[in-house]
Amino acid sequence: MGYPHPSHPKENPVLSKHFGDPEARTYDGWVKRGGYEGLKKILRLTPEAVIEEIKTSGLRGRGGAGFPTGLKWSLMPKADGRPHYLVCNADESEPGTFKDREIMRWTPHGLLEGCAIAAYAIGAERCYIYIRGEFTDPYKIMDQAVEEATARGALGDNAFGSGKRIEVILHRGAGAYICGEETAMLNSIEGKRGNPRIKPPYPAQAGLFGMPTTINNVETLAVVPHVVMRGGEWYKGLSLSNPKSTGTKLISVCGHIQRPGNYEVTMGTPMKELIYDMCGGMRPGRTLKAVIPGGSSVPIMSAAEAEDCLLDYEGVVAKGSMLGSAGMIVMDDTTDMVYQIWRLARFYAHESCAQCTQCREGTAWTTRILERILAGKGKQEHFQLLLDLSDNMTGKTICVLSDSCAAPIVSGIQKFRHEFEAYIQGAREPALAAV
Amino acid sequence: MTEELVTVTIDGLQVSVPKGTTIIEAAKQAGILVPHYCYHPSLPSPAVCRMCLVEVEKAPKLMPACVTAVAEGQVVRVDSEKAKKAREGVLELLLINHPLDCPICDQAGECELQDYVFQEGRAGTRYSEYAKRFSPVEDFGPDVLYVPNRCILCTRCVRFMEDVAEDPVLNVSDRGDRAYIGISSEQLLDHPWAGNVVDLCPVGSLISKDFLHKARAWDLDKTASVCPGCTQGCNITIDTRDDIVVRLRPRPNLEVNRHFMCDYGRMNYRWLNRGDRIEAPLVRDGGHHVATDWDTALDRLGQLIRGTSGSAVILATGRASTESLGLVRRMLDRISVTAVVQVPSGEEAPLAAVPNLALRAERTPNVTGAELVGYGSDWTAGLLELASAGLVIVLDAELSQSDLDFIAQSPASVVLLGTIFPEELRNADLVLPITTMAEENGSYVNRDRRIQRYNQAKSQPGMARPAWWVAGEAIAGPGPSASAPATAAEAFELLGERWPVFAATSYDDMGFTGRVLMEPAIASGGSKSARVGTL
Repeated sequence: MGYPHPSHPKENPVLSKHFGDPEARTYDGWVKRGGYEGLKKILRLTPEAVIEEIKTSGLRGRGGAGFPTGLKWSLMPKADGRPHYLVCNADESEPGTFKDREIMRWTPHGLLEGCAIAAYAIGAERCYIYIRGEFTDPYKIMDQAVEEATARGALGDNAFGSGKRIEVILHRGAGAYICGEETAMLNSIEGKRGNPRIKPPYPAQAGLFGMPTTINNVETLAVVPHVVMRGGEWYKGLSLSNPKSTGTKLISVCGHIQRPGNYEVTMGTPMKELIYDMCGGMRPGRTLKAVIPGGSSVPIMSAAEAEDCLLDYEGVVAKGSMLGSAGMIVMDDTTDMVYQIWRLARFYAHESCAQCTQCREGTAWTTRILERILAGKGKQEHFQLLLDLSDNMTGKTICVLSDSCAAPIVSGIQKFRHEFEAYIQGAREPALAAV
Repeated sequence: MTEELVTVTIDGLQVSVPKGTTIIEAAKQAGILVPHYCYHPSLPSPAVCRMCLVEVEKAPKLMPACVTAVAEGQVVRVDSEKAKKAREGVLELLLINHPLDCPICDQAGECELQDYVFQEGRAGTRYSEYAKRFSPVEDFGPDVLYVPNRCILCTRCVRFMEDVAEDPVLNVSDRGDRAYIGISSEQLLDHPWAGNVVDLCPVGSLISKDFLHKARAWDLDKTASVCPGCTQGCNITIDTRDDIVVRLRPRPNLEVNRHFMCDYGRMNYRWLNRGDRIEAPLVRDGGHHVATDWDTALDRLGQLIRGTSGSAVILATGRASTESLGLVRRMLDRISVTAVVQVPSGEEAPLAAVPNLALRAERTPNVTGAELVGYGSDWTAGLLELASAGLVIVLDAELSQSDLDFIAQSPASVVLLGTIFPEELRNADLVLPITTMAEENGSYVNRDRRIQRYNQAKSQPGMARPAWWVAGEAIAGPGPSASAPATAAEAFELLGERWPVFAATSYDDMGFTGRVLMEPAIASGGSKSARVGTL
């Protein structure tokens, strides 16, 4: 449902069906709604069979990269005698994204069940759920749920009497955006500074504590029980356009929109329907100017691109951006694009882990240039400088934080150059004090 | 032992290297330097500076050469436009907040930032509109200052302390462009090996207080040597300026000290610059010593040796070269000799992550060399022999009051081969000026029987000569037909005649990294045939 709004007929609530329903948070309430049946079912199957079912479903990672989940699980080494780990990425720090928060707040047992199934499939006895530090309420609810599920025997030394040990440990973040990057998260859990690691080795070879590790997003894992209960074929059938994008997707919509919130749509739903029908469109008298469709790290779309875009992995790429984490930031004609791009750049400059030179210095420098433009001190040369720096910051670093900083800048200059020009030529009042 | 080789092409040069080798090391084999900052062969690679990005055929992105392993048939371009542009971009970013204070920076002249910027950086800055970041200098510990303004955050220092010294006092603090190298507020950078962070720092950010503003890098003369601080035998470079030793730095030897040396060894050089040296041979004339020439002094030495009735004692420093210890011992071959070497001791301080590397408790370099040429290390045994000895030779040993008392009570004639003339040794019959290890060529044998050469780094004071030269002349005797060794290499060949353990190697064979001495039986099976001195 379009939580906190009532469900819209064009939505397809699978994950969000019980959002807003306090009873679904409890163990008994969850069981009453069919919960934990999936876990019981798969404990009688082989891990390979579970992985096959997920592969059939076409489920892809919901954290941003869209990597096929079944394939990811199958990359874990088999019976190598080492401990395996599952890490659930609940850091959800991408600006504009707030879907995982609602999953944890309303359906904690759904997530735990998904974690348990995934742990079983990859041969892990322990799952870490890395929860964003600011998520105090979701943490409390998850903590309660873990306690309940363990007391009721769904988790623990002998999950549902299967002889399998499935243990869930909650780990709270401390406020760093970069800890949402999967390898930085591993370092953070290990008690180290949250710096992304170089790949290879990939986590499936050497991840948490050097052991084979699978990292999945909250939404990905929360979907798993549904796939297990209703079958991979059913999930695969949920697709309105490209067969490579299956299932439903929670889209967090925020910004200049009548009804911001989380909307669960079938893959391939037109973005236009989401914006104008489900979310109620722009504020009265306003028109759409731009959309950042996948959390702040992806290129900005113009209104024309957005209105012609299908909401699935391929559809958004076709319009020059990415689905990412599906945190949709909607901007209307009152928006100062230069200011918004500066605001994003400032965020990345603040959050850079400081490892790679291009990111550490580049994010800060680009922020300062944008600041200068906003202060009315911009020059024509700044365009080339921004593009040069962005090029230098793209595809050259350990993780994609600096690429993420560059993406809105490059797309912003491409699509909204006249707004930069207005500041540079003095046609627009400076928005910031001089730096 | 068959090692699988892979062949790669780097900038058009083909090179075959063992499987698993990184591109940066393979390029080194091909004679190509891939510019880099964070990579260091003795540290784990974090691939953070992004300076070593190279173009690898078929790879969609530039690859960090420091962590990318070579693959068969791989074609790598270090000098491609794309790679050069990426490096130029990194250099530009490293410089935006750099103070460019090269004229007052100790690193200038040996700075990798300077070198690479000069090589392929931009001529001008595009960061002219902003004030540079400024942070004050911090005192990190006994010998290390941190100049954050010059720091490029390569993290070599952090990794050295964490992964090699295993004393993680340094860290990266804060994030983004506010990041700096932090030190725990309750700790100091006072680990016995901490000084290595100064060498590891590719820029002038971590600097030595001892070397602060002492010399410009381009004014230094560099000499390959061996640390005289303990029995480990770390390979070092002696840096001198105008004939004064100003700094000791480690010289890479993967078998002995990798790229490191301890702070004790690093600071143990001031004795090489002493001004109160003996500069001429002195013979005793009644109650006075009279300066003389070498011919006279050597005649006197010959007389003393020939005139000795009874036994002789040699009290030697462990800093003497193997050649000096050996030839001084040979000089007395016709007499019954008790030879002892002085071994000062201190606390052992290992470098945690490097096997078999430590500041050793025996704080003198040539204990093993002395043992191989017949010296014992029981100092007291030597002193007790003095009561009945006819001759005592002090080979630059540092004598305590009790040592001097033993000598004073001995009936023996006293010959000092020394660098310093202690006031209390007034009864010496003959005083012969010798050189320190920095003023001569010679060799030390470390605790693992590795014999390593050191080279002359500065000139000798006055008429001082290596002790092996003095002994060699004494052995050869006077006259035109006599033939004494003229070089350390020849002196070394003479050792082989008497002690076969040395016969299987030579100065050429030892090269710059030394050679492990085998027992003669083992050595004869080696590739090198024995060379016996012809003198």
